[in-house]
Amino acid sequence: MTVTPRIVEVRHNILKRNDELARELRQRFQAAGVYVVSLVSSPGSGKTAFLEKTLTLLKERGRRPAALVGDLATDNDSVRLARSKAPVKQIITGTVCHLEAAMIEKALGEWDLEELDFLFIENVGNLVCPSSFDLGENLRLVLLSVTEGEDKPLKYPTIFNSADLAVVTKIDLAEAVEFDWNAAAINIQAVRPGMTVLRVSAKTGHGMGAWIDSLSSQRK
Amino acid sequence: MHELSIALGILEVTEEEVERRGGVHVEAIHLRLGPLSGVVKEALVSAWQLASEQTEFESSRLVIEDVPIAIFCSTCQAERPVQSMQRMSCVECDTPATDVVRGRELLVCALELAE
Repeated sequence: MTVTPRIVEVRHNILKRNDELARELRQRFQAAGVYVVSLVSSPGSGKTAFLEKTLTLLKERGRRPAALVGDLATDNDSVRLARSKAPVKQIITGTVCHLEAAMIEKALGEWDLEELDFLFIENVGNLVCPSSFDLGENLRLVLLSVTEGEDKPLKYPTIFNSADLAVVTKIDLAEAVEFDWNAAAINIQAVRPGMTVLRVSAKTGHGMGAWIDSLSSQRK
Repeated sequence: MHELSIALGILEVTEEEVERRGGVHVEAIHLRLGPLSGVVKEALVSAWQLASEQTEFESSRLVIEDVPIAIFCSTCQAERPVQSMQRMSCVECDTPATDVVRGRELLVCALELAE
């Protein structure tokens, strides 16, 4: 006798647990009045330099930022970020190529969120894997350095589409590498219509003031 | 390779469902996958083999349905497909797509069960 399988319809988000945890985190952040920004990009696009400058400038304005930094193996990034004097914690992910909400929850540990105005989450340098995982952030930035070329958005449309804001970094090098601003803008708008694009150089500070102003307006 | 995390997620929701129903064998797990979910089908199938190994779902197949991206076009005032992932605009009138209504799915939508 053959048994015909019975098909039952269900509806489960595969990342249900991550999404639930991310929702809880978002509620905690909101209750404590912390504005949370996550950063994704390929390795070497200048996330850490951008973040170090951001932390330093916020501190100068009397704000209380902190950062969680994901990395596969080293704590080099957190050492660099600690120079800003903001609280920084490294999340070493081992072989995992992205951050998940559970890692954020664990890393927050004893931190008193009431003592913070801004929390930055630097994801592992990777333009593919982080896109599926909600971390409870308010704003997701995707960074693109001028040295990577203008067509990155077309190669990684999913991550650009999942982000809220694009930041073009290392613009002090734009001329040297003949970065085509027009093509970059067209490509970004093609994969994520309406996305705001910031242009910054952490080295010269260009564009950083406007970025800090827009952040500050999120958290009075 | 975040597909392993996704495969473990599939395992988890399927386990929950089986526990709830009791005494069933899962022949196949049906998924709905949107291109904006960030998951690569082939990688997911390999990851599933790894994740389901030595579990009661080792022999359960994955049946994956691709969900095409759909937007609500503000010009057509209707749901439309997009040109492509590289050109997120309405296929009919090329209006840029700001309202994505489908394409991010990452769902277990059905189970084939044998009692």
